[in-house]
Amino acid sequence: MRKFLLSTAAVGLIATPALAEISDGKVRIGILNDQSGVYADFGGKYSYEAAKMAVEDFGGKVLDAPVEVVTADHQNKPDIASNIARQWYDTEQVDAIMELTTSSVGLAVQALSQEKKKITVNTGAATTELTGAQCTPYGFHWAYDTHALAVGTGGALVKEGGDSWFFLTADYAFGYSLEEQTGNFVKSQGGTVAGAVRHPLATTDYSSFLLQAQSSGAKVIGLANAGMDTQNAIKQAAEFGITAGGQRLAALLFTLAEVHGIGLEAAQGLTLTESFYWNRDDASREFGKRFMERTGVMPNMVHAGTYSAVTQYLKAIQEAGTDETEAVAAKMHEMPVDDIFAQGGKVGANGRLIKDVYLMEVKAPGDVTEDWDYYNVLATIPGDQAFLAPAESGCPLVQ
Amino acid sequence: MTMIFGIPVQALMGQLLLGLINGSFYALLSLGLAIIFGLLRVINFAHGAQYMLGAFVTLLLLNHGGISFWFALVLAPLIVGLVGAVIERTMLSRLYKLDHLYGLLFTFGLALAIEGTFRYLYGASGMPYPQPVQGGVNLGFMFLPKYRGAVVIISLAACIGVWFMIEKTKLGAYLRAATENPTLVQSFGVNVPLLLTLTYALGAGLAGFAGVLAAPIYQVSPLMGSNLIIIVFAVVVVGGMGSILGAIVTGYMLGVVEGLTKVFYPEASNIVIFVIMAIVLILRPAGLFGKDA
Repeated sequence: MRKFLLSTAAVGLIATPALAEISDGKVRIGILNDQSGVYADFGGKYSYEAAKMAVEDFGGKVLDAPVEVVTADHQNKPDIASNIARQWYDTEQVDAIMELTTSSVGLAVQALSQEKKKITVNTGAATTELTGAQCTPYGFHWAYDTHALAVGTGGALVKEGGDSWFFLTADYAFGYSLEEQTGNFVKSQGGTVAGAVRHPLATTDYSSFLLQAQSSGAKVIGLANAGMDTQNAIKQAAEFGITAGGQRLAALLFTLAEVHGIGLEAAQGLTLTESFYWNRDDASREFGKRFMERTGVMPNMVHAGTYSAVTQYLKAIQEAGTDETEAVAAKMHEMPVDDIFAQGGKVGANGRLIKDVYLMEVKAPGDVTEDWDYYNVLATIPGDQAFLAPAESGCPLVQ
Repeated sequence: MTMIFGIPVQALMGQLLLGLINGSFYALLSLGLAIIFGLLRVINFAHGAQYMLGAFVTLLLLNHGGISFWFALVLAPLIVGLVGAVIERTMLSRLYKLDHLYGLLFTFGLALAIEGTFRYLYGASGMPYPQPVQGGVNLGFMFLPKYRGAVVIISLAACIGVWFMIEKTKLGAYLRAATENPTLVQSFGVNVPLLLTLTYALGAGLAGFAGVLAAPIYQVSPLMGSNLIIIVFAVVVVGGMGSILGAIVTGYMLGVVEGLTKVFYPEASNIVIFVIMAIVLILRPAGLFGKDA
């Protein structure tokens, strides 16, 4: 019996030589995001499902080692997120952390992961800082950023004659950076910024701010906020006849999940930018339907981006023949990204995935032919216009 | 154009009106809290969850029963009140003998459980509710959606009605007497436990009523109540814990103050109520309308 055990163990060793290249004999990916707060639909448990889907589609194994996905709720708090990340790295053999919605959390965990020499792929946060001044060799930014949103939505509206802007801005770092980048872009295109009003995070009544925006006479009211804040502002703008009065609303960060949340009646006619739409081509439709069967919702750019990020990470391990961070990060920088999310995507030296983004218009309720068919794709913005070139990003690794 | 402190009078009028509309919600919600606290001495932290419940019941009645907004305005508060009665009977009434802190902790836990359940069932971003009254009136200084005008009138009527019932009717007198000296009132043959249950149901129903009114304006979402409840507590404290008239008047008043802050210094609009609360607590610890203890 003992002999038998020894010999099977020996056979096992010979049969799976690659296993030795995978630390702890398995690859473990952590999905860390907001699962109970204002961004729980924006990413949340759906991103976790997207990651699991990516692992299953990959075969559940890489280099013969099993792949596992773990998840936790960071409650949008950088300190909680850092603690979880530290615990994952130190005691639970997590090899990479992904999703990381909320800019402050994204920056904190990316910095910690550099220290621990682990890979992060951010699909949920917006700030360009992740691949700008605070870029790291192992940090990647996958789905979108404030620059892409500004160029996409801002550029499109200025082109259509929306050359004077008034901003409704969430009173914290994310709102300021979105307002500033969009304002700068509008001005660079010959437009003007008439003013801005800063509202506290999680305000419920926007009527007062909306009236101020209305009386500014600006052609476009830019909503530099996110999640439920944007939803309430849009809903109330419809109520106060702002769009009916000829002013346009630009939701600077708004995805399919939020459109579904407020309904087409209130959202129709909105212009927004996303880097993924399920009903854009055959591959995205097939993915969308499978995602829908699993979760009950159609994916937005964060969910599809997470699927893509996990897939690319596993491909990089396969190519590198190891899960050692340095080697995998090198492969991720070098390999093109071709999947349901990105076609011909390239990763810059600063860690930014450069891919096309899409300018969307939300359909009127009468124009929808099937469930979740909410967008008209107005334009495709090529990746090199949507995102800052690595050399201009301010990332110290590029110079 | 005439200006006051650098703001056109017309804009100011608009903001005053909006303040009054928001004040309607503060008044309705703080009224319910004040009733529950004043009569049962329970600090009802589940009030925000009951407000959310009112909005969700309205939405579900429409989606599953095809019941229109105006019917829901009557039906949903009754349903929320019933839920409140069940909570009071099966759980809360066991805590009356203990320190007030237990009631607070219990209702706080209950609020988290209810909100968590709805978040699990319906997601965090919530669902839309269609406007029951379309269009609006141009008042010259602002465009007033008809529905918001209706909210002010309906809530004012509800507040006055409840105040009248508690302060001026026989039932109200029983209620007040039962909380003052339950043993004595019981000895007159009045069913005191039933009165207490009804009181809690009334408070919860009022929260539900505010929730119905809020459904078409705000996103119907599991967290809608937790955003509002802290402000409402401040309103109750400023008005004087347990003072019913105080809760109503302060609700409208603070709504207007908050509205004005949104014009003069928007960044402070979410703290102005708490600044006022701090000042009132220092100068008049029992609140503006409270009886000095």
